Amino acid sequence: MLYRHGTTPVHQLPAQVKVVALLVFVLAVVVLPPEAFWAYFLAGCLLVGVMILAELPAGFVARRLLVEVPILIFALMLPFFGRGETTEVLGLTLSVEGLWGAWTIMAKATLGLGASIIVSATTTVPDLLRGLDRIRVPRVITAIAGFMVRYLDIVAGEFSRRRLAMVARGYEPRWFWQSGPLAQSAGSLFIRSFERGERVHQAMVARGFAGRMPVFGDRPATTREWWIGLAVPLVAVLLALLSVTVLG
Amino acid sequence: MSEPSLEIIDLSFAYPDGRQALRNVDLHVHHGERVALLGPNGAGKTTLLLHLNGILRPASGEVRVAGLVVSDDSVLEIRRRVGLVFQDPDDQLFMPTVGQDVAFGPANFGLDGEELEARVAEALGAVSMLGARERAPHHLSYGERRRVAIATVLAVRPEILVLDEPTSNLDPASRRELIDVLRRLPITQLVVTHDLPFALELCPRAVVLDEGLVVAGDTTVEILTDELLMKAHRLELPYRFDPREQASS
Repeated sequence: MLYRHGTTPVHQLPAQVKVVALLVFVLAVVVLPPEAFWAYFLAGCLLVGVMILAELPAGFVARRLLVEVPILIFALMLPFFGRGETTEVLGLTLSVEGLWGAWTIMAKATLGLGASIIVSATTTVPDLLRGLDRIRVPRVITAIAGFMVRYLDIVAGEFSRRRLAMVARGYEPRWFWQSGPLAQSAGSLFIRSFERGERVHQAMVARGFAGRMPVFGDRPATTREWWIGLAVPLVAVLLALLSVTVLG
Repeated sequence: MSEPSLEIIDLSFAYPDGRQALRNVDLHVHHGERVALLGPNGAGKTTLLLHLNGILRPASGEVRVAGLVVSDDSVLEIRRRVGLVFQDPDDQLFMPTVGQDVAFGPANFGLDGEELEARVAEALGAVSMLGARERAPHHLSYGERRRVAIATVLAVRPEILVLDEPTSNLDPASRRELIDVLRRLPITQLVVTHDLPFALELCPRAVVLDEGLVVAGDTTVEILTDELLMKAHRLELPYRFDPREQASS
């Protein structure tokens, strides 16, 4: 899905290190003051450096970045609807506050998203779940996430087979008010998934499941790995502290 | 004679809605034996299987696995002894990777570290799926998933392997591979199936269940050639299939 196979040092870092690093990096970016352009630039350079290290092609990252387009459109509207002081740019009257808002949203969203693209592209889902286990995310949550990943394809497959069966009998929905049968089939799909859940539970119980998911192939991260993984976010924290003190 | 692997004595069961699913069922499976459980849809076969490891409990009668009676106290050990392979491998394979799924059972029974690794390799090797260890179950073919499902159960080293419709939805080549794998396994097997040629090839003995009753138990050849019995219980061989000829070949 989101994973891109590789054997780079970034791929090999334990998942829990990457998750914590991502969290720290995003927090550091969030506290950057809007005026600290140099800090945004340096944080961006850090990310690009890690992307190169992880051998992620620019086109690949750019396509993933497309998910932020709706947010960007929203951000771009701010200068037109903001209140207070205004300024003239190319003959347009824009709100100064709105311009700052648009800039920070764009910069912070892009940096945060860039960092999560790196983590998701270099960590497999099973590793990610194990990493989350390691940093004490409740086992119930990681188990649910694991089941979701496992059964998403199957449920989606069932839904598309039903749609196909409807199309085969002349149902060709084009407009919203024709969506009734699809919605009804979603309801029975829910029931079927629920029944599957019961069968899966039976299969688990049959193999000795007693309410606790076992964890496999798990190893603690070494101190060295923590330092390597946290190097980039710690530089970002430093940038944040510097820019806050310089500009504050 | 030694303790039977599986002993069902006078087992009766009714569902909460009052439907009588099993009536006075008696069944013995000896160590190392392979027995086919035949019968039409709705005969109570799956209900019987769910009794074997205590998911359902009998209204009356008793189930013993290698001498141990199924009860609240023994249920965990019973589940280790009885390896139940469900019909739909997607119900059985629920972990993110094949290796983790095979490890699920033994880990629940307390294995870890290298011992667990070795057990996973042993079970995957037994079904010729060692190469799939790191793969996701939903990326495997249906036949491969079926074999991995068997490995998940073998990993616990059960006393008896119980398979529900193992050949359903398999293409002929995958079916052949499955038969080869099952024949190689030196373990007691109880196989529920509608695939009568498969039953004949794999199991020397067969039992017919209909409307919750055991109506026949004999060698598989004898049962498949008893036309009256076959007709009475909605069992049907493929066109022009001669069990005697197949059995002797």
